[in-house]
Amino acid sequence: MNAVTPISSDQSQTVVSRFAVPAIRCAGCIAKIENGLKDTPGILSSRVNFSTKQVAISHLPELDDDQLKRKIEALGFEAQVLADNPLSEEKGSTDKLIRALAVAGFGMMNIMLLSVSVWSGASGVNRDLFHWISALIAIPVIAYAGRPFFASAAMALRYGRTNMDVPISIGILLATGLSIYETATGGAHAYFDGAVMLLFFLLAGRVLDGMMRDRAREGIGALLKQTAPGAMVLDDDGKTRWVAAKDLLPGMHMMVAAGESLAADGEIISGSSSFDCSLMTGESEPQPLGKGDLALAGTLNLSSPVTIMITATGEDTSVSDIARLMDEAGQRRSFYVRVADRAARYYAPAVHSLALLAFLFWMFAGAGWHQSLLISVAVLIITCPCALGLAVPAAQVVASGALLRKGVMVKDGSALERLAEADYVLFDKTGTLTLGQPTPVNLDDLGLTQKQVALALAQASRHPISKAIRSSLLALGIEPVALDDIRELPGKGMTASWGGVKVMLGKPEKSGDHLSSQLTVGSDSVVLQLQDEIRPDAAEAIAALRKMGLPAEIVSGDNPQSVALVSRALGLSAQAGASPQDKVEAITRLTNEGHKVLMVGDGLNDGPALAAAHVSIAPGSASDVGQQAADAVFTSESLMPVALSVKVARRTMQIVHQNFSLAIGYNIFAVPLALTGMVTPLIAAIAMSLSSLIVVGNALRLNGAAK
Amino acid sequence: MNGLAILIPVALLMGLGGLVFFFWAMRNGQFEDLDGAAQRVLLDDEDDKDQS
Repeated sequence: MNAVTPISSDQSQTVVSRFAVPAIRCAGCIAKIENGLKDTPGILSSRVNFSTKQVAISHLPELDDDQLKRKIEALGFEAQVLADNPLSEEKGSTDKLIRALAVAGFGMMNIMLLSVSVWSGASGVNRDLFHWISALIAIPVIAYAGRPFFASAAMALRYGRTNMDVPISIGILLATGLSIYETATGGAHAYFDGAVMLLFFLLAGRVLDGMMRDRAREGIGALLKQTAPGAMVLDDDGKTRWVAAKDLLPGMHMMVAAGESLAADGEIISGSSSFDCSLMTGESEPQPLGKGDLALAGTLNLSSPVTIMITATGEDTSVSDIARLMDEAGQRRSFYVRVADRAARYYAPAVHSLALLAFLFWMFAGAGWHQSLLISVAVLIITCPCALGLAVPAAQVVASGALLRKGVMVKDGSALERLAEADYVLFDKTGTLTLGQPTPVNLDDLGLTQKQVALALAQASRHPISKAIRSSLLALGIEPVALDDIRELPGKGMTASWGGVKVMLGKPEKSGDHLSSQLTVGSDSVVLQLQDEIRPDAAEAIAALRKMGLPAEIVSGDNPQSVALVSRALGLSAQAGASPQDKVEAITRLTNEGHKVLMVGDGLNDGPALAAAHVSIAPGSASDVGQQAADAVFTSESLMPVALSVKVARRTMQIVHQNFSLAIGYNIFAVPLALTGMVTPLIAAIAMSLSSLIVVGNALRLNGAAK
Repeated sequence: MNGLAILIPVALLMGLGGLVFFFWAMRNGQFEDLDGAAQRVLLDDEDDKDQS
């Protein structure tokens, strides 16, 4: 412990590494990790971030990431190295918006205070003084808080397009310019309050939107987490060295110990083992691979060490292919224009021409350029899309908050919109319709000693079936017996001797299609049947979806027999043995028929399909890739949240449409008043806030929608 | 009028103070781990022997 403390002299040399530790669940975990790491020489401090499930360790450069990762794993937590946070920039953009919002809020409150005094009758020197103070506050506030809009408007204009930010920017700049002129000439009206309030409400909408996006991006590093950060490479002279994944070259020989995942694709040149390929294929049973077989990056070596000659690295691996597929599929979807932007596309030119027309009309009517300009600014401000800007984000934030309390995390505001449009559901099987964890169904066939032996054997293996047996036995409170000479025979199972008696847990002699395992103690043997159970109330959820007009179908990468079992139980038609590409094609086929497909899936192999579908949902047990690609994640064991989210999404869209009608109705009422030059700043400000408040209030009704 | 000369600067300064405090809190990472703060209350206090 003392080795840690006296290093204050070279603080500057410390390095901060970040790890994702998804298993942090309670205060105990925080204490365990932070106190556990504290005693390690070389680690100066560690800090758990509970919200993002990350650990930041500041340490001396001598310790590398891999050693630190093993330290965390020794404390009983799975950890993943987070590379230099690639999304920190994105996160920064919301921070910037929040700062701008705070500044605009400060400016708005102070200017409003002064404006109210002006409206309630301040005149002469007092009015001029208040206007000057307002100007003094407003100019720096607008310069700071308006940057997001000015930058976006400038960008749009540079490419010859127009967006919602263009009329906003013009309106704000014109209003500010005119107000300064009014103030300098001692005029009666200054529009600083309107301009700053406009900024504040618009920024509030943007911040809400940005926060939803950020929440969606948490739990990052998805795909590359599945591949190992590097491998032990065997040189020609028989020496081994650690090579990082990016430095691996085809032709190198890498040694993969049991329990390690592969950093690159390759051909097995010596040894044989079983591999957990569930991430790539969705197949629940491990595949035995021997000399000459191809093993893919991202798969997990389960039973014994093998040497692999690398055939493809980095970008060329199958895992990267899937990543590319997802990327392309996701891009197709981004052509979808969000409702607000769609409306704004027609709205912006309309506002421009309306203001211009008002200006020209009053010029011809002989009102003078000053009066005409004032009226056209009033038109720009009163048509300010405050309510319109809030209509969508407010409803989406309230709805996703209501869903979050029901265990559904909606990652993107537009997901609700797309969810409401879905009219066809595709389900993956393993882990989606089923729980994805096989559980033994006939444990009662075992005697107490047999259970104890089975637990001791199962504990020593990483095989998914062993894990399932172990967790069910541990749940029964069984204590394992002590075994000697435990060995794992690849493709067969675990053997050991128990006080001289040979015991074995492994593949049954007559193996069916379903999952099973055979326990042999001496000459007795019992076959344990395992089943991947269907989620509770899956049938009800599917029925509820059908009632809402969403027929369902299964596409699974699993073998036909196990798919048939589930499809019969739920009464759905199914496609088995589907590769990731097949799943995308199934979606494309349905899309071409005019359907909007909702994809529900969990595995890495569902990633491209989740991204390609119109909208997608993944269970919380899904692989990182699945969670990343999906628009929403539900955490419960039940499948009901899928039906619930569709229901809430449709309700949300109703509210959004109501909000649009309200906002547009307000404009129809207020614009003629502005055009005829009858709007005083007081009326404009009250009307503007009132319309925004009504829209927010209407959105709050969604709070009870998820019942 | 004399009252205004005092009250307006006071109001502005207090508002500015709040703004500066908010900026400081954001930069200081006060909003980084909102759920964690709730959990840390439950941690048993360690008697730190190695105060560095």
